[in-house]
Amino acid sequence: MYRYVIKRLLMLIPIIIGVSFLIYFIMDLAPGDIISQMAAEATEDQIQALRHQYGYDRSVFYRYALYMKNLARGDLGTSFLTNKPVWDMYRERLPATLKLALGAMIVSILISIPLGILSAVRSGTIWDNIGMVFALLGLSMPNFWLGLLLIILFSLKLGWLPSGGDTGFLSIILPAITIGTGHTAIMTRTTRSSMIDVIHQDYLRTARAKGVPEKYVIRKHAFKNALIPIITIIGTQLSVSLGGAVLTETVFAWPGVGRLIIDSVNQRDVPTVTGGIIMTTILISIMLLIVDLLYAYVDPRIKAQYLRKEKG
Amino acid sequence: MKQKILASRRYRKRSRFAEVWHRLIKNKGAVAGLFIIAMLALVAISVKYILDYDTQVIAQHISERLQKPSIHHLMGTDNFGRDIFFRLLYGARFSLSVGIVAVGIALTIGTTLGALAGYYGGATGEIIMRATDIFAAVPNLLMAIVIVTALGANTINLMIAVGVASVPQFVRVTRAAVLTVRTQEYVEAARAIGRNELAIIFFHILPNCLSPIIVMVTLRIASAIIAASSLSFLGIGVPPPTPEWGSMLSEGRRFLRGYSYITMFPGLAIMITVLAFNMVGDGLRDALDPKLKK
Repeated sequence: MYRYVIKRLLMLIPIIIGVSFLIYFIMDLAPGDIISQMAAEATEDQIQALRHQYGYDRSVFYRYALYMKNLARGDLGTSFLTNKPVWDMYRERLPATLKLALGAMIVSILISIPLGILSAVRSGTIWDNIGMVFALLGLSMPNFWLGLLLIILFSLKLGWLPSGGDTGFLSIILPAITIGTGHTAIMTRTTRSSMIDVIHQDYLRTARAKGVPEKYVIRKHAFKNALIPIITIIGTQLSVSLGGAVLTETVFAWPGVGRLIIDSVNQRDVPTVTGGIIMTTILISIMLLIVDLLYAYVDPRIKAQYLRKEKG
Repeated sequence: MKQKILASRRYRKRSRFAEVWHRLIKNKGAVAGLFIIAMLALVAISVKYILDYDTQVIAQHISERLQKPSIHHLMGTDNFGRDIFFRLLYGARFSLSVGIVAVGIALTIGTTLGALAGYYGGATGEIIMRATDIFAAVPNLLMAIVIVTALGANTINLMIAVGVASVPQFVRVTRAAVLTVRTQEYVEAARAIGRNELAIIFFHILPNCLSPIIVMVTLRIASAIIAASSLSFLGIGVPPPTPEWGSMLSEGRRFLRGYSYITMFPGLAIMITVLAFNMVGDGLRDALDPKLKK
């Protein structure tokens, strides 16, 4: 198992190199570099000095090589705009993003799993149809729009919840629902189809035949065996909110990593964009690794497979 | 004899299509989705001849600003006095074309790379798949944001950014489908009669991998429409005064208090369009592979 974890972590190295290369070079193509943003009224000498300071008098390959040399030492670089280390800026924003991702996950698990199970157990009935329509609507609703609708209703009309910022427990509710709704849609569909797969298996018929009450059949026998795809989708959705909550963070002025990246993109702050995306990639990959490892705990057959591979 | 064979081949092709079509139109959701898409396409095509873009869509009428929905302005007017209903109708052109062209780009690049990776395997396959992994490691929207920033914000670049960001999904789906088909006997037969490899890939293998790709196209159009409007919402997509739904929604944000209809209608338009493509995508998946229907 350890070997598998180490192998997966080592596989991250080429991904990080590739992602940094891709983002660094694409950002370099962007019209208007940081110098033109900073030195709107500077003299020619001052502009030259700034170009030299940020390495813009050398080729992009030279700057990238320098960036990678620092990255190899664990240094994500220094923001062009704030002069602060990118790592410090990322670390400051990460708790807000994690808090939001977790909040969204709790919302979506609480809604999607009961709804998915209900849709599967009552497959073909009105409950199933309601569940699936809800899932389809959630999947089709742009989350920035949903966020605005929630602000209109709960902040502006009813005045119950704050409309933006990270100001405590109440402020997380609306953004968590916004992100959670999209996740709920996908997770409800997965839970339903995974449960339907299991529900028709022979061992459930056997359990029923020997008189196990239906709720135990569903909870203990069916749900446990339907868990693998559900865990996969929970992990995938969690990684989506770790990397892609840019819109919700924008709508709710949430001080997270997504907001940091989009602000830095607009300001052409290449080290912050590249560093932020590299850290997001690492976080997502670790999240997906944890999901893979969770399989082993949920399903002893998968654990046996890992161990067999290790022995082999 | 030859005619008979051709006739039977034609019959078979029709029957496969007819079979899928028959299953598709039995699905109420898919029919509703198809109807909505047809209506939207009709609006997108005809609106150019009904409304004058310069005077009715982008021209400012300050004296009529922020009017609530009424008989004169069905969905009200925005802060520049522009009729929201007219702008929504025109916006269908942008949203549909961005979605379709973006997916066209992703489809062309993704299926080609996926087919090459699946067919050749080995070093070619490895290189393509590792490059895809790198590309896919960056969240879709972030990748599109970075690309559109590099290219500059306009409609064409938005299509390219959203399309390129969706390439990895097509590569993976196509490769997986090609892997299952490439060892089939008819591929062996094509090779045995000396057809060149590209012809085998594009004329023998890919046509037999279409089911997952067609479903992917429909569902990705839905995501592309959301992605494009998201970028416009963030201010880096289609620039104003173009009536793109995402940028209309973004403009309405400043007027949430008291004028929420400005954000309500463009959002509804995006949701209905995306919903239609999702319903057709779901229906197609069930129709193309009834085993998947649960």
